[in-house]
Amino acid sequence: MDNAATNNQETFVLNVGPQHPATHGVLRLKLTLDGEYVVRAEPVLGYIHRMHEKMGENRTWAQFMPNTGRMDYLSALSYNHGYAAAVERAMGITVPERAEYLRVITVELNRISSHLVWFGAYLLDLGGFTPLLYAFDDREKILNLLESVTGSRLTYCYFRFGGVYNDIDENFVDGVKEFIKTMRRSLPMYHNLVSKNIILLKRLKDIGPISRETIRKYGATGPVARGSGVDYDVRKNEPYSVYPEFDFEVPVYHEGDSMARYMVRMDEIEQSMRIIEQALDKLPAGPVMAAKTPRIIKPPKGDYYQAVEAARGSFGVRIVSDGTNTAYRLKLRSPSFSNLSLFSAVSEGMLLADALALLGSLDLVIPEIDR
Amino acid sequence: MDSELIRVIAFLVGIIAFAALNAAYLVWLERKGAAHIQRRIGPKEVGPFGLLQPMVDGIKLMTKQILIPDGVDPVLFRLAPILAMVPAIMSFVTIPFSETLVARNINVGLLMIFAFASVNVLALLLGGWASNNKYAVISAARAVSQNIAYEIPMLITVITMVMITGTLNLNEIVAQQPNISQWYIFRFSASPLMPVAFLIFFICSLAETNRAPFDLGEAESELVAGFHTEYSSMGFGLFFMGEYANIVIGCSLAVVLFLGGWQDPFGLYPGVWWFLLKLYLLIFTVIWIRWTFPRTQFYGLLNLSWKILIPVSMFNLLLTAGFLKVF
Amino acid sequence: MGAYFKEIFTGFWSLLVGMSITIREMTKPVVTEQYPYEASVMTSRFRGHIELVPNEEGGNKCIVCGMCMRSCPSACITVEGEKREGIKGKALTRYRLDFTRCSLCGMCVESCRPGAIRFSKDYNLAGTKKAAYIFDLLKRLEEQNK
Repeated sequence: MDNAATNNQETFVLNVGPQHPATHGVLRLKLTLDGEYVVRAEPVLGYIHRMHEKMGENRTWAQFMPNTGRMDYLSALSYNHGYAAAVERAMGITVPERAEYLRVITVELNRISSHLVWFGAYLLDLGGFTPLLYAFDDREKILNLLESVTGSRLTYCYFRFGGVYNDIDENFVDGVKEFIKTMRRSLPMYHNLVSKNIILLKRLKDIGPISRETIRKYGATGPVARGSGVDYDVRKNEPYSVYPEFDFEVPVYHEGDSMARYMVRMDEIEQSMRIIEQALDKLPAGPVMAAKTPRIIKPPKGDYYQAVEAARGSFGVRIVSDGTNTAYRLKLRSPSFSNLSLFSAVSEGMLLADALALLGSLDLVIPEIDR
Repeated sequence: MDSELIRVIAFLVGIIAFAALNAAYLVWLERKGAAHIQRRIGPKEVGPFGLLQPMVDGIKLMTKQILIPDGVDPVLFRLAPILAMVPAIMSFVTIPFSETLVARNINVGLLMIFAFASVNVLALLLGGWASNNKYAVISAARAVSQNIAYEIPMLITVITMVMITGTLNLNEIVAQQPNISQWYIFRFSASPLMPVAFLIFFICSLAETNRAPFDLGEAESELVAGFHTEYSSMGFGLFFMGEYANIVIGCSLAVVLFLGGWQDPFGLYPGVWWFLLKLYLLIFTVIWIRWTFPRTQFYGLLNLSWKILIPVSMFNLLLTAGFLKVF
Repeated sequence: MGAYFKEIFTGFWSLLVGMSITIREMTKPVVTEQYPYEASVMTSRFRGHIELVPNEEGGNKCIVCGMCMRSCPSACITVEGEKREGIKGKALTRYRLDFTRCSLCGMCVESCRPGAIRFSKDYNLAGTKKAAYIFDLLKRLEEQNK
């Protein structure tokens, strides 16, 4: 960015956030605008930094579990999963098959609910109010289901080292099947109401194109990367849990624009439903907790990493253990942080409204960026 | 007292009451409509079906403090909301609610309404400019360029209408459409594109009144509240009422020009009820549209105007001229 | 030129489809819950704040082992007990829960071997003072017994 442009009297700085309808939380964007064109965009972070990583060093391994769900409150279970799987890898605990299946089912349900929130909120960004309410109606069904299993609606804290906290019952299985049926009806409705709408197409097509190079440079993952033609999904590329047993596709679009990211997420809802259906069909009987889980968790000395595919991309947990009951170092690699990083590069020269359409298509959850 | 004075006072009170009540109850209708489209109930606590909600909201707005922020232009800041409301009320003067229920049957009524409608833009511009707020200034600039873009196809369509009707007097225009086959929207003998002309007029009046999906000036995800970001209390209230009054004017004009005004579709019982029925159906459509579509992007809006609406309305103008000459 | 008209028609059609969907949704019944008039029933696994489980006599089952205190990530539980005759272990004298810091993770319930605490179904708590959320669960249990 040359200084002539930024110091030009013609430009002005517009603060979007930390309290602003478009930022879905306390993200602040310092936009330098020339008229309505973005000359420079600078995301300012840290308004809800809660030092989760440091907290991980100060509490026992098990006590950190509730924290993980509080980073990305929309797909809390993926974060539970990442942390639980990392510690299990360190401890060498094998999780019973039924527990792994339950993890997959609940995580995928959670992924659908997260995408539904994004869908509604994104349309809200674009000025369409009604889809939000329809999406929340469907999401509510998922939350009810997950509440009946985990006891909580948002910050589930359902997974334990070596399994899950509670087994599911018949009602849950029936409820999930019923939900998939209604969701299969709603999804075409969303496409008719929103995806095929000419106004939306005009607003999203060719808006905020992100190239593969940019994706690589900033380490973006998840639907953002897959919308730019990067075929990377942790569930396929570094399989974990029982994902290899399921037949599902990873939707990839090559356009790289906001519409591609939109379509990736909408297709992922369908793929998640396929995974859930298969998991319910194959659901084995058995315990949901590993029998030989030690009561005191003290992973052996070493350095361990586990990545999972959260709703927003690859969530990685790196734990360095010194063999005590707290972590020596806990590093959380959150997807939204990398996905946000590319915003200032891509938004240069865009119109204000388009820049915010791009911002929404990145699907940011601020607490997860700030951690 | 002579009857003329009583008539003036009666209509003045009537029009202001109509405009204010409409603004209040259209908010209620909008909230109810939005709620049911979104499968909610909407206002229901105050009065039966929440019917007293607009009154309570009005009282709340009136009792709030009028905040004049530092750095605003004190005169223009106060003037803008009034400028938003007054032209809207003035336009009601020539609207023929029925054959006799019209405040002033001016023979250039159509012209007058468009003259006043243009003042509305000035109000948005002044409000945005005087607020000394970046969001408001951007919003005001958007509103103005939007209005310029949309005035053109709208006026071309209206010129087409005037060529067909041969008058600017709204009551006479209505009188020319005694039953449904004679309504100008279906008057294919004048031009086969009449329904398209109606559509263009309707879309333009949506854009003129800054309604969704063309509510760029108030794009809350970008500009918070647009030109009325800094307004509180009745300053905001007047902008709000002005917006709804403008919707009523726009829909009234569409009813008068295309849908036969106060005429019965079957020519049986013409009267004010038909006018109101058609008016509120159109207004409901406006609300329905708002709660269905996302907002257009700014260049999308201009593209629509310059690439589609203006060429089509120009074509319609030529076609109508040809038809009038030949038949 | 053909593409121009095609876009106009497909675009216009998509708008009409959208409007037909919303008007259809409008005729369907509302799905919201009118909260103060109809409250939702909490599922059996709902995690509210913890409470003491009464035994047959209406007392508590707590043995004051302090596991809940130690397992709590937010240190919001304080348990005090004293030695009494005729009772194995200790008798509970005070069970203080600082609900302002609780994150409802349920570590305490899981760690409790005698099963002396469980989740309550209270969810509509409201108050203006912090002190209102520092519960004495023993007192709460006694009040419930009355």
